[in-house]
Amino acid sequence: MQRFINNPDEVVEDTVKGFVKAHADIVRLASSNPRVIVSRHAPVSGKVGVITGGGSGHEPAFIGYAGRNMLDAVAVGELFSSPTAKSFLDAAREVNGGSGVVCLYGNYAGDNMNVKMAIKLAAKEGITITTVVANDDVCSAGPDEREKRRGVAGEIFMWKCGSAKAAEGGSLEEVQAVAQRAIDNCRSIGVGLSPCTLPAVGHPNFSIEPGTMEVGIGHHGEPGVRVEPLKQASEVARDMANAVLDDHNLAAGTEVAVIVSGLGATPLNELYILHDTIESEITGRGLKIQKTYIGNYFTSLEMVGATLTVMALDEELKRLLDVDVQCPAML
Amino acid sequence: MQQFQNATSGDIVLSVADRIIENRAYLSEIDGKIGDGDHGVNMAKGFGMAAERIKGNGMSLAGALDTLGTVLMTEIGGSMGPLYGVMFIQFAEIIEKASMIDAAMFSKMLHSGLDGIQAIGSAKVGDKTLLDTLVPAITAFDTANGDGKSFAESLNALVAAAEAGRDSTRDLVAKVGRASRLGERSLGVLDAGATSCALILKSLALGIEDRLQPSA
Repeated sequence: MQRFINNPDEVVEDTVKGFVKAHADIVRLASSNPRVIVSRHAPVSGKVGVITGGGSGHEPAFIGYAGRNMLDAVAVGELFSSPTAKSFLDAAREVNGGSGVVCLYGNYAGDNMNVKMAIKLAAKEGITITTVVANDDVCSAGPDEREKRRGVAGEIFMWKCGSAKAAEGGSLEEVQAVAQRAIDNCRSIGVGLSPCTLPAVGHPNFSIEPGTMEVGIGHHGEPGVRVEPLKQASEVARDMANAVLDDHNLAAGTEVAVIVSGLGATPLNELYILHDTIESEITGRGLKIQKTYIGNYFTSLEMVGATLTVMALDEELKRLLDVDVQCPAML
Repeated sequence: MQQFQNATSGDIVLSVADRIIENRAYLSEIDGKIGDGDHGVNMAKGFGMAAERIKGNGMSLAGALDTLGTVLMTEIGGSMGPLYGVMFIQFAEIIEKASMIDAAMFSKMLHSGLDGIQAIGSAKVGDKTLLDTLVPAITAFDTANGDGKSFAESLNALVAAAEAGRDSTRDLVAKVGRASRLGERSLGVLDAGATSCALILKSLALGIEDRLQPSA
């Protein structure tokens, strides 16, 4: 394992230090908590605060999505491990403008518990936190059990639309409703070609045999729905698009937004190779692509692989997606 | 009847922390088979930080448990931070005002910790979690105590049931948490939380046994 690290137990601390130095014009550290990143534009009196939180190792998620017209604060956890209840609470405190806070996060056991405790603690201080839980990963449970699905890169669209709604003065209920609709309209899938390694552990905890791929892999290397021989990019891309679009079942003419994200160790050119076929599959079904994001938007340390996210748009989501943002992940 | 002193027993928590730190690599290895392998790392970090704050301060058992629970809850995160954090904080609340702790109060403490865990988590016995250790351990303690066994004998029953509960997770399919995504592939491996819970209960029991005295 060759890595640019100092102390393997302090990877998160060191990441955050470099991050706030690099993006000091957009974000700051919370005064009370070195595990909370706050937008320079927060809090705004009367505005609904929008926060998220999650484990580290997914950069630029989650920290990179704090900024103007985007998330107001982000709670930072250990690598692949939920932030503490206190960090979620401190994030809410930092951005509370008196109109409540919406916490938009992924559907993982640790996050669910820590957010739940943060809500209780915040209520004692008179801060209302409502939540929307992402569940866009089509492979993590069947369509009849959507509430069990985990959140992956669709969270970015949920953050983008929810934050834009809050920035234009939406109420707590309106921001929550828009974020919920955004994630309801998202479907994602991931394919992994190699595992990742937590620095403090020092070796990968699972393997992907050469010549094979894990279809439906999670953002922490959770196993997918099947292991199959690695195929040509066009075939992999077609399978990914079909898995997402079959689950989505969108009417022809629907406008969509697309994210093709690398998992950390896949070169951009390969993402474009995948997208060439993905675009054909999407438009081949009569859907119209309004906006496309290709890059490392939501990663898993140095995993080789990619995720595809498709969000169906309505007029409001389209408008909110177009709102200009300034955040480190989307400069 | 046997009991032990609250005020002089804070060091029990230091020995619990020592056991967790000693087993850092082992716990991570088990976790790595069906999780991401950081259970030992995160547990050792939290228990180590708490131990630093407890050491040399002459804390009561209640004070030390509260310190440990607060560190886990506010500084560790993940799933284990809130679960063990709540458990230790609730343990501390029950014994806070007691000068002597007998078997009945110890049982009440265990039940309160369990209630706290069940209020924030969604797991049941059989889901391959720490509850597969904790629940049978408490039941065994209560049964032994109810049968007229001494505090020490009841603690032995608790440890035996905790270890049997831990071993039972080998044959379970994970139903909650990250390992639940594996389905049948989680069979044949111990649950890391059930394993750390057995370590915690055993060192807690040994520490208490060393301090038991007949009631006046």
